[in-house]
Amino acid sequence: MTSVLTLEDVHVRYGGSHVLQGVSFEVPDTGVTALLGRNGVGKTTTLKAVLGLAPRTGTIRVRDREVQGERTHRIVAGGVGYVPEDREVFGGLTVDENLRLVDQASGVDAPIVGELFPDLVARRHQRAGTLSGGQQQMVSLARVLLRDNDLLLVDEPTKGLAPKLVTEVADVLARVATTTPILLVEQNLPLVRRIADTVVVLDAGTVVHRGDAAALVEDPELTTELLGVSMRAKGAA
Amino acid sequence: MSDLLLILVTGLGLGALYFLAASGLSLIYGLMGVLNFAHGSFMTAGAYAAWVTMDAMPSSTAVGLRLLVAVLVALVVGTLVGVVVEVVLIRPLYRHHIQQVLVTVGLSLASVAAVQGVFGSDPYPVAKPSFMRGTVDVLGARLPVDRFVYLAVALLLLGGLLALLRYTRLGLVIRAGVENRTMVEALGIDVQRTFTIVFGLGGAVAALAGVLFSQYAGTVSPLQGGSLLIYAFIVVVIGGMGSLTGTAVAAFAVGLVQQLANYYAASGIGDLSVVLLLALVLLLRPSSLQGAHA
Amino acid sequence: MTADVATPTRPDAVEPEPGPRRRPPWLRHLPPVVLLLVLAWLPYVPVELPGLLPGRVNGPGSMQLLATCLVFAGFALSYDVIFGRTGLLSFGHALFVASGSYLLTISVSSWSMPLPLALLVALGGTTLLAVVVGGIALRVGGIAFAMVTLAFAQAASIIVLRDPGGVTGGEEGKALARDAVPSILVGVSNAPYRYWLALGFVVVAFLLVQALVASRAGHAMAAVRENEGRAAVLGFTTYRVKLLAIVVGAFLGGLGGVVHALVLGGSSPHLTSAEFTLALLVMVVLGGAGSRWGALVGGFLYHYADARLVEASGSGVFDVLPDVLADVLGEPLFILGTFFVVVVYFAPTGLTGLGGRLVRKAVRP
Repeated sequence: MTSVLTLEDVHVRYGGSHVLQGVSFEVPDTGVTALLGRNGVGKTTTLKAVLGLAPRTGTIRVRDREVQGERTHRIVAGGVGYVPEDREVFGGLTVDENLRLVDQASGVDAPIVGELFPDLVARRHQRAGTLSGGQQQMVSLARVLLRDNDLLLVDEPTKGLAPKLVTEVADVLARVATTTPILLVEQNLPLVRRIADTVVVLDAGTVVHRGDAAALVEDPELTTELLGVSMRAKGAA
Repeated sequence: MSDLLLILVTGLGLGALYFLAASGLSLIYGLMGVLNFAHGSFMTAGAYAAWVTMDAMPSSTAVGLRLLVAVLVALVVGTLVGVVVEVVLIRPLYRHHIQQVLVTVGLSLASVAAVQGVFGSDPYPVAKPSFMRGTVDVLGARLPVDRFVYLAVALLLLGGLLALLRYTRLGLVIRAGVENRTMVEALGIDVQRTFTIVFGLGGAVAALAGVLFSQYAGTVSPLQGGSLLIYAFIVVVIGGMGSLTGTAVAAFAVGLVQQLANYYAASGIGDLSVVLLLALVLLLRPSSLQGAHA
Repeated sequence: MTADVATPTRPDAVEPEPGPRRRPPWLRHLPPVVLLLVLAWLPYVPVELPGLLPGRVNGPGSMQLLATCLVFAGFALSYDVIFGRTGLLSFGHALFVASGSYLLTISVSSWSMPLPLALLVALGGTTLLAVVVGGIALRVGGIAFAMVTLAFAQAASIIVLRDPGGVTGGEEGKALARDAVPSILVGVSNAPYRYWLALGFVVVAFLLVQALVASRAGHAMAAVRENEGRAAVLGFTTYRVKLLAIVVGAFLGGLGGVVHALVLGGSSPHLTSAEFTLALLVMVVLGGAGSRWGALVGGFLYHYADARLVEASGSGVFDVLPDVLADVLGEPLFILGTFFVVVVYFAPTGLTGLGGRLVRKAVRP
């Protein structure tokens, strides 16, 4: 198995706090890899470290290219798509303008948008700030898919979404994953079990577990120990 | 009535100059969060570049033509100065907004001193084309033509900048960057290059403001840029920190208030009424002034 | 992105907390006390320091220069309460210095008040002005606050230059009526007394700032500077803390303005200029923001350099250079401004921070 992303001994320090303390793991070049862990263990920071949005040391390779010294826009243009936590669409720009930032020529008319997000085509002239959370998530996903990527970094895409939308987002991710590997930060364990193949678990800034997604999610003791939640409690909530 | 008309036109002309001075400042602040104290130096650079150019051209050439060439030279100089300042001084301090302000403060002090060293502190008279010296009679009022020139330039600039923001790729990136610079970068777009372009653009507009202000004042002097800058700051704050249309409205409001107060109250009250206007705006609607970065 | 707007100093610019290797109190207080004694003794030193000071150290020229330098050190210290301690980028501090200076001069010279009453008017008026101006300006934060304070300072400059009712003297400035001031402070031969007055002002300001920093309010200011959110959690209203910083800074600045007027025998519109308000920032950053000694050293050296560089350019030191270069270098502000930019880049903790680093390096290689 070859890996699309390799982290070796990655550290992140913000001011006085040492957020990532030597994170090492690999992301295989197919399917969905879920990055799990309790709140505040450094999942989002790990994604930001890969993108150069957090001050990092260590080695980070995308395919065979070392990117730890590169600037964010080069890493992204080199084939790493980023769907941030809280969508971060440009609220004052229209849906079409949001997409044209990435794909100047076609924007919302790109075939993949019509195929995966027909709703966005209808709302092309609407300001993104007036969209619902689910629609904003679609914009955030769509603008990343306009480019050919080696890898997608997706941060909590279902946070705050209604169950029906969660399913829709999961469907999109599962479909995208057939062609592009995804590193996914996600709290929703049933969703992880459905679409993820492997998992990496962080705790206190280091990797504490790596393995098969289904095996972890179906072991209540292990999930309680590593994530502080049990599948049952989560399912009931 | 004719007095009022004269005051209004004068006020709008002055507001036009304020808009020219403030628009670059507002663009730079909106996109980058940089309070550019060196903006006054950009204006001074433009004014002196134009003055030197006009002086160097044979006096047999028509003043209007010399002024036109001088404006072009000033635009080039302003652009270069803006780009160099961004690349050399601002960029290394990316994200350190306080240090960026400090560096532009140092630059403004040093550049005023440098201009004084080279050209002396005394104002020099600048040649004004004859058509700009004239007046035009409207409804019994004799209105100075140059105010209309400033107004036309300001409106053209406003239209041009709005079109740039609305219809071009650069404008799209700027609008997105004003909202969220980091995310623009995270979409694979080189925001720093946009910063450099915007600084160059700001420098060019400032240089134009410097030239026209020296035409308005009839002289160039080292401190001109700095005094215009204060009004530009006030305009940017009242206009909502980074909004171009807000800046335009505020600029004309400030120009009008100043001229009206100077005429109907007493000479000198105009300047104070501008600060009073600022205080009022702050007291009445502070939340709208926080801007994207404050 | 707001966080770095509110943090003018790097963390290492903060004065170190007393560590476990704390020296005994008498030893810690020894250097400043010795320095104070040396400074107080200078009017008895008849030595010439060619190039450094005009004439003998205790000559009237040197005494007047040193007195003004000390007043500037106090100005910088007062501004540092607002900028270095609380993290407020104010461009309006000159307003308070000028208000102290002009209110004193006007009270004495135009309104014929006795000096003690004039002093009360100057300090009370300045404090009241700080409450009003600070109260309004603090309705916005960050960079907008900087612009607004600058606008208010400019308003003062406009008023002073317009010379309403002939009380400010316009561009000429206003002289202090000689007969209203104790004779001991008037005249060339009494320069040492004015020097001691300036030194006294610096000591008072220093002790006040020291007490403030150690107080609960001082801790609140530090908390606001480091992280506004956290300060709110600690149970302080950040608005009040910031207003307090502005008012205390303004009071000290106003006191400095009063002393400045007494030392120079009047008020000058230069105190209201944008250049002066920016210079205050330059002084504090040059010396080292958020540190008492940094501000003092910065203010002192700024005025010293400003005054001596004019001297140097007049003396023909730069004559060997090409004309244009000599003209530019002959402008003190060109050198100070450029030096300031260099300090911002390469010594963000200021000269005292840099000095401290070098000393520590030398002691512990």
